[in-house]
Amino acid sequence: MLGSFVGVLFDGFAYGMLLFLLSVGLSVTLGMMNFVNLAHCSFAMLGGYVTVTLMDRLGWPFFATLPVAFLAAAAASAALERALFRPLYRASDLDQCLLTIGIVFVSVAGAAYVYGTVQQPVQLPDYLRGAVTFGSLRFPVYRLFLIGAALVVTVVLVAALEHTRFGARVRAAVDNQRMARGLGIDVDGVFAVTFALGSGLAGLGGALAIEIVGLDPSFAFTYLIYVIIVVSVGGLASIGGSFVAATLLGISDMAGKYYVPHLGAFLIYLVMVGLLMWRPTGLFGRR
Amino acid sequence: MATVSLEALRGPHGYLRAQTRWRRTEIAFWLATLLPFLLFPSYLQLASQIAITALFAVSLDLILGYAGIVSLGHAAFFGLGAYAAGLISKFGWGEPLSGLVLASTLAGVAGYGASVVVVRFRHLALIMITLGMGLLLHEAANSASWLTGGADGLQGVRIRPLLELFSFDLWGRAAYAYALLMLFLTFLVARRVINSPFGLSLRGIRENAVRMPALGAPSRAHVRKVYTIAAVMAGMAGALLAQTTSTVSLEVLSFQRSADVLVILILGGAGRLYGGILGAILYMVARDQFSGINPQYWYFWIGLLLIAVVLFLPNGILGGLGRAAAWWRRVSP
Repeated sequence: MLGSFVGVLFDGFAYGMLLFLLSVGLSVTLGMMNFVNLAHCSFAMLGGYVTVTLMDRLGWPFFATLPVAFLAAAAASAALERALFRPLYRASDLDQCLLTIGIVFVSVAGAAYVYGTVQQPVQLPDYLRGAVTFGSLRFPVYRLFLIGAALVVTVVLVAALEHTRFGARVRAAVDNQRMARGLGIDVDGVFAVTFALGSGLAGLGGALAIEIVGLDPSFAFTYLIYVIIVVSVGGLASIGGSFVAATLLGISDMAGKYYVPHLGAFLIYLVMVGLLMWRPTGLFGRR
Repeated sequence: MATVSLEALRGPHGYLRAQTRWRRTEIAFWLATLLPFLLFPSYLQLASQIAITALFAVSLDLILGYAGIVSLGHAAFFGLGAYAAGLISKFGWGEPLSGLVLASTLAGVAGYGASVVVVRFRHLALIMITLGMGLLLHEAANSASWLTGGADGLQGVRIRPLLELFSFDLWGRAAYAYALLMLFLTFLVARRVINSPFGLSLRGIRENAVRMPALGAPSRAHVRKVYTIAAVMAGMAGALLAQTTSTVSLEVLSFQRSADVLVILILGGAGRLYGGILGAILYMVARDQFSGINPQYWYFWIGLLLIAVVLFLPNGILGGLGRAAAWWRRVSP
């Protein structure tokens, strides 16, 4: 009983860390430019497919593909930001929603065209397989690795945002865009870089997610919902908020699937709607 | 158009009265909806699907196009209506008209409940709340398989003939007549709502949600009202689908359906009474024609179309046509 409880907690936490990686970029860019980017998970999916392609067809080692997944998603998002998103910063929520849903449709169909609708396998290196055991408790190595990776990303992100010049610009732009512009900060430039970084993190998350949740073209839709839950519950532009929300979501989703499987995702949506009604700007949201 | 601006000089009442006058193109359009009976008797089933989708799109237009409330979960009410109509008939009440009234009323009650929540939100939270409520209902219907049949769909829907005379057969003659009549009647209601002072204040809420209460307009009450009306219409569309096809599947509550109706409305032109109807005709006919291609790829083109409409045709096809007509009038004296 206790063993299964710890197991669920551990798996949920690892899953939550995955959701955190997928969503933290969206949280920052949404808070900064108020741009409702529903295509965020398409970049994650791109990262996943880059990893699969490099490993399966070119025989690259798993770790070597991760930076490429990050860069590919970042580059693709930077290009899209330039071409499609920038004209719509001042447009209504609806237009932003529609444009990005359009991108999701195109990316889902594109992925299905190139890779088919089957789940893509990923062959992990041996040292990431297996599990560490403590008495009766079993901790899969890959999940430990995932948690470690997410914690490293969190520390790097927080340090970068709190202690670098670029981070100060980002925070200024999030807090008060007009004031930041008035002080001579190139908000559009800062946003473009932040946006690329955020999508890159999503790409990394997508690559890391394959082993846990699999990868097929519906990924962009399925995880979009989770990511948006994390962002809206955690509050915009709050890394700590995203972290807590992702952890909560990951653990409650795992617990729900384990203890009350017939309810499916019902519990998650219920928690989200309830939390939003209680705190419309999220747990850690300001305003 | 010249008459409208003349009427506008007589103040708001004159303006509204001029808006409610039936134009010749409108009358021609509604007469043309009867043509499928004569010209495409083998496509009446499709025509009834189009009429139902158009009704659903008009209902979304009321809240999204006029009141400016973005909803990613409008299928919730469509699905509620469909399941209600299906269940009523399953439990022995197969008479369609009363079933339709009951189902739409139920959707309306749910819509009022949802509207109380919805009015409190804007921006991202609003999108999330509507999306969340839609997903919640979808999961609930999936879980409650003892009532809804779950993923297998509702079994045992038996609809009696319309007025005990016209049965819903494979040809879809009764189905199209029934759906078209309901579309027309609800369209009249929607037209009346839009061209009323209430409709004007809805547009005010869309344009500036903060200003309207400052002018003394009870914005929240207005939004609750229009949301409830839209929910009744969406429920009616769902009930029509359930009754004319005698099937209800989980798909009626899916996110896909919410997204589809949004695409249809945007394509035709949101904030225009005929936008949803035009969008539904184009979308459904195109999907029927391209039904050979894999649905995965169908959404590729829909995605491209959405991107193009947002970037180049901000008010949909009807908006583009309006602009083209205005341009034509300018260049040709």
